[in-house]
Amino acid sequence: MSGSRLSRRRAITLAGVGVAGVAGVAAGAGALISDSRDPAAASDHPAGAVPFHGEHQAGIVTPAQDRLHFVAFDVITKDRARLVELLQEWTAAAVRMTAGRDAGVLGAVGGMPEAPPDDTGEALGLPPSQLTLTIGFGPTLFRDADGRDRFGIADRRPAALAELPKFPGDALQPQLSGGDLCVQACANDPQVAVHAIRNLARLGMGVVSVRWSQLGFGRTSSTSRDQATARNLFGFKDGTANLKAEDTDLLREQLWVQPGDGPDWMAGGSYLVTRKIRMLVETWDRTSLAEQEEIVGRTKGSGAPLGRTDEFDEPDFAARGDDGQPVIAEHAHVTLAHPSRNAGAHLLRRGYNFVDGSDGLGRLDAGLFFIAYQRDPRRQFVPIQTQLARHDVMNEYLRHVSSGLFACPPGVRDGGDHWGRALFG
Amino acid sequence: MRTARFFALAAAGVLATTGVAACSDSEKGDSATAGGPIVVKASDTACDVGTTDLGAGTATFKITNSGAKVTEFYVYASGDRVMGEVENIAPGLSRELHVELPAGTYETACKPGMSGKGIRGALKVSGSAQPLTADAALAGATDNYQRYVKSQTGALLEKTEEFVAAVKAGDVAKAKTLFPVARTYWERIEPVAEIFGDLDPKIDGREEVIEEGMEFTGFHRIEKDLWQSGDISKDGPIADRLLADVKEIVAKANAEKLSPLQLANGAKELLDEVASGKITGEEDRYSHTDLWDFAANLEGSKAAVSALRPALEQRSPELVTQLDTEFTNVEALLGKHRDGDGWKLHTALSKAELKELSDGINALAEPISKVAAVVAR
Repeated sequence: MSGSRLSRRRAITLAGVGVAGVAGVAAGAGALISDSRDPAAASDHPAGAVPFHGEHQAGIVTPAQDRLHFVAFDVITKDRARLVELLQEWTAAAVRMTAGRDAGVLGAVGGMPEAPPDDTGEALGLPPSQLTLTIGFGPTLFRDADGRDRFGIADRRPAALAELPKFPGDALQPQLSGGDLCVQACANDPQVAVHAIRNLARLGMGVVSVRWSQLGFGRTSSTSRDQATARNLFGFKDGTANLKAEDTDLLREQLWVQPGDGPDWMAGGSYLVTRKIRMLVETWDRTSLAEQEEIVGRTKGSGAPLGRTDEFDEPDFAARGDDGQPVIAEHAHVTLAHPSRNAGAHLLRRGYNFVDGSDGLGRLDAGLFFIAYQRDPRRQFVPIQTQLARHDVMNEYLRHVSSGLFACPPGVRDGGDHWGRALFG
Repeated sequence: MRTARFFALAAAGVLATTGVAACSDSEKGDSATAGGPIVVKASDTACDVGTTDLGAGTATFKITNSGAKVTEFYVYASGDRVMGEVENIAPGLSRELHVELPAGTYETACKPGMSGKGIRGALKVSGSAQPLTADAALAGATDNYQRYVKSQTGALLEKTEEFVAAVKAGDVAKAKTLFPVARTYWERIEPVAEIFGDLDPKIDGREEVIEEGMEFTGFHRIEKDLWQSGDISKDGPIADRLLADVKEIVAKANAEKLSPLQLANGAKELLDEVASGKITGEEDRYSHTDLWDFAANLEGSKAAVSALRPALEQRSPELVTQLDTEFTNVEALLGKHRDGDGWKLHTALSKAELKELSDGINALAEPISKVAAVVAR
């Protein structure tokens, strides 16, 4: 049967070389380091596979891929066993798909002619494209909106998974926010990311229901020093001062949940905050360059902090211009978000640009799907966003329309492990 | 979208035949397929079929398109009933069609450019082959379902007569009450009706599926007049036509014996109908009586599955358990929206309530999509 498999299988064999090549390097970090022996992996759009198993989930410090399909689910079953069974099925499918294989054992074309295929087929012939799948558990999984402990895990809810406060100016749409579970699919090919989410959603029929989902393109952060800093839809480099995969000590301090932080099942995991931020790009585009740069606190061209020359120069908040005013405004985005103004708090961001078509008024329905991982949102995202929501002049051009908070457990260790095993075990 | 559903069923029929290929081939060594597929050379002007005389059972056609236009290949029974088809054969490509053909006379057709009646040829099938229904449990299933079809068509005819009489009498209120009731019997056996491709759009076609040059008739035409203008004074001929078409389809449906695979696929298609047209309120867009259709589709699907139940219990008891659970769940979800003897209007349901129903249908449709493969094995 395996001999008759179509081109996707062949792609795997090719990609397999890349996987083997990097396995030693990437072990433990869960991140793929490009392998110069594999021409595909050496390009800007690596096609190889990112190891699924590891200490941490892939898709967090993994060098940010180009494309995103993010989905939040509501759990609609009351049956804990069915939910756990689904998490096992999802894990098996994720192992296969991240390796560039079909979602099911039989595949898109290997089953009975009378049966629907167990893979939807649109990724046949495509390489793994560095697909990562990352799962998170929302606060409502532990206790639903009515306060019920549906699955007997309410006492395992980490304190850090506390609902986010309402920030000034929030225009959140409940139907686009929250969720009991989420899966982040990142890949260098949008078709591969969409294929993965579509197949997980299908496996979940009757157990979970898609609450909302988001497509993203053009990573707006770099999570590795090997990557150039990408631009957001305001045209500015985004993620210059981001936490990077190479910052091992900072990652331990700021990103990974440490033993003793909360329940054991989260040690080695991370907390995920998502925000869908609509950008009013038309009005931004009518703003002068000087004002745009003043709002951001960086130059648009090189991305250097105002008053400095290189992108990675530290901003000098004390510097004054000839007029005696600070070179970087007190309310510039870079000032407000800087760790020095937020008790040292960093975030690991891996957001994506989005354009959901137009809004019927001739405006692009566009913006940033913000994704940030951290050790404790109460000490990191919440204070930073509180500052920004209160003072950031950029808010004139932004609308926060969706919000999500999820606890992303540590990595799946091996073939005997599965998503959620420590939580439900 | 009727036409699409019809093709879907026809395609299911094609698939159906591949499952039995192995058994009928081994039992009938003299089958025309024994020496390999029947070669069909298709071009923009010709449709050269390797043989026009074959033994009953599963036939395999291998169609090679040497023309410049994309083509299709069909095997038609009398009255242009589709026995099997392959669509979208691009120039230079070869595609195979597996089709189970009992003894009889058929027509083959290539359709360069994918339109028109195509280039036709005669095909004669003789002898006999073991059909799928040789299995006692499956034979029982088709007999059982046949009785169900008979009971539903009887009521369909009766209620359509009442509906038509009300329309012709100009009694708008009464016609409005009867509209969803008459449709209930139609919606329960829709996959059977869809086999007769030309009648289905006449009886149940929605305005957007009516092609240029075709008249908008049937239930939805009258629905539009009843609810939108309230003027049915000119609908007499349309109502007469509806009744004539319903009579014709009732006669045909009762003469038709469905294969177990058609039953299985029909059960799934009824839920697909719910998922694509009823949840969205597209089907009964003027009357908003979609929940009547929803309930009827669900009942029809359940009837088909019930007929197959003895075979399913032998072959996959765990699937039966899952189906029972999910049917119960959807029935409970739908049950919340009862309104007297009938159902609430689609417009009375909130988006959250519709999503809940949609989730329930998806949860049921997944296991139902596995029924055909269990039946075929």
